[in-house]
Amino acid sequence: MSKTQVIVGLGSCGIAAGAGKTFEKISQLQSSESLDFELKKTSCVGMCYNEPLVEVIDESGSYLYGGVDEERAIQIIDKHIVNHEPVRELVVRSDLFETADKEFLDTQVKIALRNCGFIDPESIEEYEARQGYLSLKQIGGEGISQEEVIRTVLDSGLRGRGGGGFPTGMKWRFAFKNPSPEKYIICNADEGDPGAFMDRSLLEGDPHSVIEGMIIGAYAIGATSGVIYCRAEYPLAIKRLEIAIDQAREKGYLGKNIAGIQGFHFDMYIKEGAGAFVCGEETALIASVEGERGMPRKRPPFPAESGLWGKPTNINNVETWANIPWIIQHGAEAYAQYGTEKSKGTKVFALAGKIKRSGLVEVPMGITIRDIIFKLGGGIPQNKKFKAVQLGGPSGGCIPEYLADTIVDYDSVNATGAIMGSGGMVVMDETTCMVDVARFFLDFTQKESCGKCTFCRIGTKRMLEILTRITEGEGQEGDLELLQDLSEQIKDNSLCGLGQTAPNPVLTTIRYFRDEYEAHIRDKKCPAKVCKALLTYTIDPEKCTGCTVCAKKCPVDCISGERKQIHLIDQEACIRCGECYSRCRFEAILIQ
Amino acid sequence: MRIARIQNDHTPAQAEAVDVRIIDSLIEKYKGKKGSLIPLLQGAQNEFGYIPREAFAYISERTGLDLSDMYGVATFYAQFRLSPVGKHIVKVCHGTACHVQNADKITDALIDALGVPDGGTTEDGLFTLESVACLGCCSLAPVMMIGDETYGKLTGPESVKIVKNIRIKEKQANGEDLH
Repeated sequence: MSKTQVIVGLGSCGIAAGAGKTFEKISQLQSSESLDFELKKTSCVGMCYNEPLVEVIDESGSYLYGGVDEERAIQIIDKHIVNHEPVRELVVRSDLFETADKEFLDTQVKIALRNCGFIDPESIEEYEARQGYLSLKQIGGEGISQEEVIRTVLDSGLRGRGGGGFPTGMKWRFAFKNPSPEKYIICNADEGDPGAFMDRSLLEGDPHSVIEGMIIGAYAIGATSGVIYCRAEYPLAIKRLEIAIDQAREKGYLGKNIAGIQGFHFDMYIKEGAGAFVCGEETALIASVEGERGMPRKRPPFPAESGLWGKPTNINNVETWANIPWIIQHGAEAYAQYGTEKSKGTKVFALAGKIKRSGLVEVPMGITIRDIIFKLGGGIPQNKKFKAVQLGGPSGGCIPEYLADTIVDYDSVNATGAIMGSGGMVVMDETTCMVDVARFFLDFTQKESCGKCTFCRIGTKRMLEILTRITEGEGQEGDLELLQDLSEQIKDNSLCGLGQTAPNPVLTTIRYFRDEYEAHIRDKKCPAKVCKALLTYTIDPEKCTGCTVCAKKCPVDCISGERKQIHLIDQEACIRCGECYSRCRFEAILIQ
Repeated sequence: MRIARIQNDHTPAQAEAVDVRIIDSLIEKYKGKKGSLIPLLQGAQNEFGYIPREAFAYISERTGLDLSDMYGVATFYAQFRLSPVGKHIVKVCHGTACHVQNADKITDALIDALGVPDGGTTEDGLFTLESVACLGCCSLAPVMMIGDETYGKLTGPESVKIVKNIRIKEKQANGEDLH
């Protein structure tokens, strides 16, 4: 009989939710009570909404507990470990009985995330135990040729998961055909989209799958050196990658004559990004690795021809790399059985915003957006109305509720004006102002523009000024046409993806939520009640009890009224901070 | 645009003497290697908390890197700081998820409570307030990070309370030192 295991999820999300303290507590109890179980660590399970997560695996099966703070940890150890009575009401997943979160897990197909939450990311043995590095050994053992590897990836239909959607096998073929003796492989882990955290979770949860993918890619194209370009904002991911690379080197997966393949020498290192969104663009990323300002350059020549240090270079995103070992092992057909005609396999999404179950999900291509939000995500909290979903971050767009049956594949999503992007999915409800969202993204791209192309540098600034004006109640007739015109100019006259896609959030919100823009411009109203300058706070005389709380809390003393008398807000002096609204216990403050 | 960042400097001028020799080993490690400019700046910032003027000059002198290139890179990337920061850096996340969950209110409350603009450092040198792009804890939005500790599902008053508690602890710690 194997020992009972207690596994704590220690990804960034879990740690932020207090998993570190939970782990400490369990460890403390284990030693003080001399309890006989194996205490282990894993990373993100994907159920961020239930963090901290603790899994107990005993002889009867597996029990995943959610929301485990120190108090619950004591309860679980006491009841489950000591008395062998699982605490059923805290279980969010089990292979023994159904839980409320069943749909969240059952709708998913885990390929890229196959090991996340199941293994200790700091243990190469645990990765190997789940068929890790088997694909690499298979290539070496069976003498699979470079062309065959490329053919398999091509046949699988895998497309770049960083957002571009370019067929991975084709990219590899270009780099392979180049006769240069020196080639590079790069993993783009500069996940910069606000609202996206797929790559971070993958690197924290299963770094070896990315490393193995890169080694296979290096073999296929004939690369000698690899770079993982990772955001410095992800310290845990970097730490775990460092550990994983050392382990892989020790076991001979990196180095000389890898996997018994004579003449296949390859090694890799990590390069920390320094905080520039534009470095997600491949030519800017290369400039950054070379130690320069991360500014994109003209293509062609493409990196496959002249990339890092002028040598042929193949760049793929974290999620793309993580899929590779699975595809080699299970074959192209196994991967291509999922998805639609032109978009094969699965895609990882980071679900966040106004949604009940936020977290990381991996779904087959072809699923509808509505299913992701309602089946997996559990819908919108507090019975609010679902309004739109933002896909693709600052380069993407907002898809409105009535298009929620759009299926997830590159072409269908593009047809809505949004893009698949790297997989950030931010859900918005009736309390989200679409003009404000567009302004938010423009503010982001405007700050992140590298400044090389005039239209991107100045055009985004002008657009931001117009949007800010609209949200402040200074919008004018003709503003929307001006925004659309500027958008076209910026799209046409920018060198890289940042500028070419920067207007997307504005264009899609004008397309689908024009009435909201018009309400701001013509009626000087914000229907979602977000834009401060357009709000008026008044007191409902029917409901006001004269408790004086609002008057006391008002930072500018603009509320007058005696105790037990109806209060009044001086509209001239009101700064619309909303303090009275959040303090009133009688719902007597009205926002219009 | 990215170069606009350099004007964003709200730090009290209390420059301390800088001993540049502590980055000697760093310089030795990277000297002559290609692509070493960013790691050199990152390493210097790890030592000093920011990149002092003296460090720029010292690195340039020892490695032959152009000062103008170094300055160009340092002002391009958001990570690099050219002036000293507070003991605690309060990073308020302004990713999409945090934005729709009202991250602005957190920043506004902290601006009020700390009495510094966004990006500024308090007079006592304890706190630097920063707005940052996504911290990647979207499910806990709105989020702020102080040191290695992440605080989630915040409201304005809660964030102020957390900062005040740190200040009280610091004061107590200082008080004990005096005895």
